[in-house]
Amino acid sequence: MDLPTVWFLLIAALFTGYFILEGFDFGVGILLPVLGRNDRERRVLINTIGPVWDGNEVWLITAAGGLFAAFPGWYATLFSGFYLPLLLILLALIFRGVAFEYRHKRTDTAWKNRWDVAIFLGSLLPAVLWGIVVANLLRGVPLAADHEYAGGLLDLLSPYALLGGATTAALFTTHGAVFLALKTTGQVRDRAGRLAARGALATTLLAGTFLAITLTIRHTPAAVGLAAGAAVALLGALTATRVRREGWAFVGTAAAIGLTVATLFAALFPNVLPSTTDPAGTLTVANAASGAYSLKVMTWVAVVFAPLVLAYQGWTYWVFRKRIGVANIPE
Amino acid sequence: MDALDVARWQFGVTTVYHFLFVPLTIGLSVLVAVLQTRWHRTGDPRYLRLTKFYGKLFLINFAMGVVTGIVQEFQFGMNWSDYSRFVGDVFGAPLAIEALLAFFLESTFLGLWIFGWDRLPRRVHLATIWAAALGSTLSAYFILAANSWMQNPVGYRINPDTGRAELTDIVAVLTNKVTLVTFPHTLAGCFLVAGALMVSIALWHLRRPADAPAPAATGTDTPDPESTKAGQDRAAFRFAARFGAWVTLAAAVAVVITGDQQGKIMTEVQPMKMAAAEALYTTEAPASFSVLTVGSLDGSRELFAIKIPYLLSILGTGDPNGQVRGINDLQAQYVSQYGPGGYTPIIPVTYWSFRFMIGLGLAAAAIALWVLWAQRRGRTPTSRWLFRAGLVMPVLPLAANCFGWIFTEMGRQPWVVFGEMLTRDGVSRSVSLPEVLTSFTAFTLVYATLAVVEVRLLLRYARAGLPDVEPAPEPDPGTDDENRPLAFAY
Repeated sequence: MDLPTVWFLLIAALFTGYFILEGFDFGVGILLPVLGRNDRERRVLINTIGPVWDGNEVWLITAAGGLFAAFPGWYATLFSGFYLPLLLILLALIFRGVAFEYRHKRTDTAWKNRWDVAIFLGSLLPAVLWGIVVANLLRGVPLAADHEYAGGLLDLLSPYALLGGATTAALFTTHGAVFLALKTTGQVRDRAGRLAARGALATTLLAGTFLAITLTIRHTPAAVGLAAGAAVALLGALTATRVRREGWAFVGTAAAIGLTVATLFAALFPNVLPSTTDPAGTLTVANAASGAYSLKVMTWVAVVFAPLVLAYQGWTYWVFRKRIGVANIPE
Repeated sequence: MDALDVARWQFGVTTVYHFLFVPLTIGLSVLVAVLQTRWHRTGDPRYLRLTKFYGKLFLINFAMGVVTGIVQEFQFGMNWSDYSRFVGDVFGAPLAIEALLAFFLESTFLGLWIFGWDRLPRRVHLATIWAAALGSTLSAYFILAANSWMQNPVGYRINPDTGRAELTDIVAVLTNKVTLVTFPHTLAGCFLVAGALMVSIALWHLRRPADAPAPAATGTDTPDPESTKAGQDRAAFRFAARFGAWVTLAAAVAVVITGDQQGKIMTEVQPMKMAAAEALYTTEAPASFSVLTVGSLDGSRELFAIKIPYLLSILGTGDPNGQVRGINDLQAQYVSQYGPGGYTPIIPVTYWSFRFMIGLGLAAAAIALWVLWAQRRGRTPTSRWLFRAGLVMPVLPLAANCFGWIFTEMGRQPWVVFGEMLTRDGVSRSVSLPEVLTSFTAFTLVYATLAVVEVRLLLRYARAGLPDVEPAPEPDPGTDDENRPLAFAY
C-alpha cells in the first residue's frame, strides 16, 4: 500500500474516531433541555462528559492537522469551499466549549440558562452541519480545473446533503442518549434509556435511507460491506436499547457511527473530493497528497505516538467510569 | 477594501486574541503545578488553597485558549487556501505533530486534573498537571517551528512540477535557528504574564483591609497570627506575591537574553525586519537605537529623537561598530533578487510595536523588582502606588506579547513565507468579500462579547479570594460511598 493510501486511511480513522467520541458529546448537549429537567439533572448530564469532551475534540484538531499535512490540496479546497458551514461549526464549538467551563461559575439562573442554550445550539449545529459536510464530500461539489471551489452556498444544500445532516444529528442524539443511559443513575438513566429506544428506531430508518442513497451515488465493494455492517450495528443498537442492554447499545451506536463514516470514505476512494462540474477539478488521493518524505515522517510520528495517545485517553475513560446521579452533584 | 485586506485583518485580530490566552495557559499551568508540588511536599494547606485559587483562574482562561485555537487551525484552509496548498507539505507537519503530541496530552491530562482530585492517588494527580503543562509547552514548540519556517524557510525544496514547497528535512525544520531562539523567547514571555498576574492578584488581596477579622488588626506591620483565617490568607498571598515576582523577574531576564539572540538571527535571516524595527533607511556602522522618534518615520524628516549610540549595532550584530543594513539598500537588493515591487513593511507599525514590546515588558519587570524590595526580610507592602502599579501589572506583559507578535508578523510583510510567497498570493481565491466579511464580523463580535464575560468572571474569582479547601480523600474502592459528592463538578 502506498503512503497516500495509508494517510487516506488514517484521516478516515481520525474522522471516524472524532464522530464516535464527540458524537455522544453532541448528543448529550442536544439532550440537555430534554433529559435535564432541573439544574441538578442538567449538571448530571454535563458532568458525564466533563472530563473527556476536550480530549474528544482534539480528534478533530488532529484530523484537520493531518489533512493539512498529508493532503494540502484537499484541506485547502475543502476548508475554503465549505466556508460558511465550517464558520458556523467553529462559532458553535466556541460557545459550547466556553459554556461547559463557565456555566457553573455563577449560581444565578439567568446565567446558567444562557449557557444551557449555548450548549444545546453549540451541539445541535455541528451535529447537523458535519452531516452536510460529509455528504457533500461524497457527492462531490463544483470544482474548477485548478481545484478551487466553483459553487455557491446553495450547492451545499442539496436534499441528499440535508438528509446527511439529519442522519448525523439523529445518530449523535441516539448515541448520546445511549451514553447517558450507561453513565447515569436514577431518573435520568430511565428517561435516557426510554428515549434511546425511540431514537434508535428513527435513526435506523434515517441512516438506512442515507446509506442506501449513498451507495447509489458511488460505491466500492468495501463501501457496500461497510454499509451492511452499519445496518447490522443499527439493528443491534435498536434491539439492545429495547431490552435495556446499555453496554451493548453503546457498542451498537458507536459501531453504527463508525461504519457509516467509514462507508463514506470507502465509497469516495480513490477520490477525496469529486468535482460535479469539470472532471479535471476532481481531487484524488494522488493529486492532493504531500510528498513521499513528508508522509514518511508523519507515518513514523503516528506509529510511535498514536498508540500512546489511545492508551492514556482510554485510561481517562477508565478513571471516570463510574455512573453519576443527582446525589453526586455537589452544591 | 478587498477580501485580502479583510482576511489579513481577521488573521491579525484572531491571532492576537488567541495569544491573549496562550501565555497564561502555558505560564500559569507550570506555576500551578509548582504550587501543587509544594503542597504535596510540605502538606501545608496554604499551597493547596493557592493551587485551587490560581488553578480556577487558569481554567477560566484555558477554555478561551482552546476554543480560539481551533479557529487558527481552520483559518489557514478557509481564508488562505493558496497558502495552504503551497506550504501544507512542510507547514502542516508540525501542526499535525502538535495536535498528536501536545494537544492530546494537554487536554486529556487537564481533564484528569480538573475532575480527578478524588479519583486518583495524590501523586498521580500531581503528575497530571505536570503532563498538561508539558503538553502546553510542547504545543508552543511545534507551532513556533511552523511560524519560524515562514520567517526563515529551511529543509524544503520547490517541486518544479507542482510549484509547491516540499519537505526534505524535518530535523532542519524542527531545529531552525529561528525556532531555537523564538521558543525560549516566547516561553519567557508567557512566564512574564503568568508571574505578573500572580503578583497582581496577591497584591490586591494584601491591600484589602476587609480581609482582617477585626479593624484593630489592620495596618499593623507585625506578622499576622497564622491562627486566624485572614492571617492565613495574608501569609499565603505574601508567598504568592513573592513567588510571582521572582518568576516575573527571572522571565524578564530570559526575555532580554533570548530577545538579544533573536535580534542577531533576525539581522542575519531577515535584515529588512531589523531595519524596519529601527526605521533605519540608510545602512549605518555603527548604528544607534532610538528610544523614540517624533516626526514622520518615512526617512524624510525627523523632528526629534532620543538615540542611544551603538545599541542597534550591538543588538543586530553583537559588535558596537557592526554594520546594520538600511531599508533603502535592502529594497534595492530585493528588487534585483525578486523582481519589481515593494519589499518594505509598514514602518510605523514595526517601529512602534518593537518599542512597545520592549518597554512594556521592562515595566513589568520593574514592578516585580519593586514588589520584592517592598517584601524584603518579611515586610508586607504598604505603598499605595505599588498597589496601583500592581493593578496594571499583568496588562503590561500581555500587551508586550501582542506587540511582539504584531512586530514579527508585520515585519515579515509583504511576504507570507519569506522569499517564497507573498501574502497577497496566499489568500483563498474562491472566498468572496461578503463571505470573509461575514466571518471577520462574526469573530470580532463573538470575541469581544466573550472577552467581557471572561474578564468579569476572572475578576469575580480573583476578588473572591482563597477558597476553603479540604484535601480530597484518596480513592478507596473498599469504602467508596456511591452517593458521595464529586470533588469537582461542572
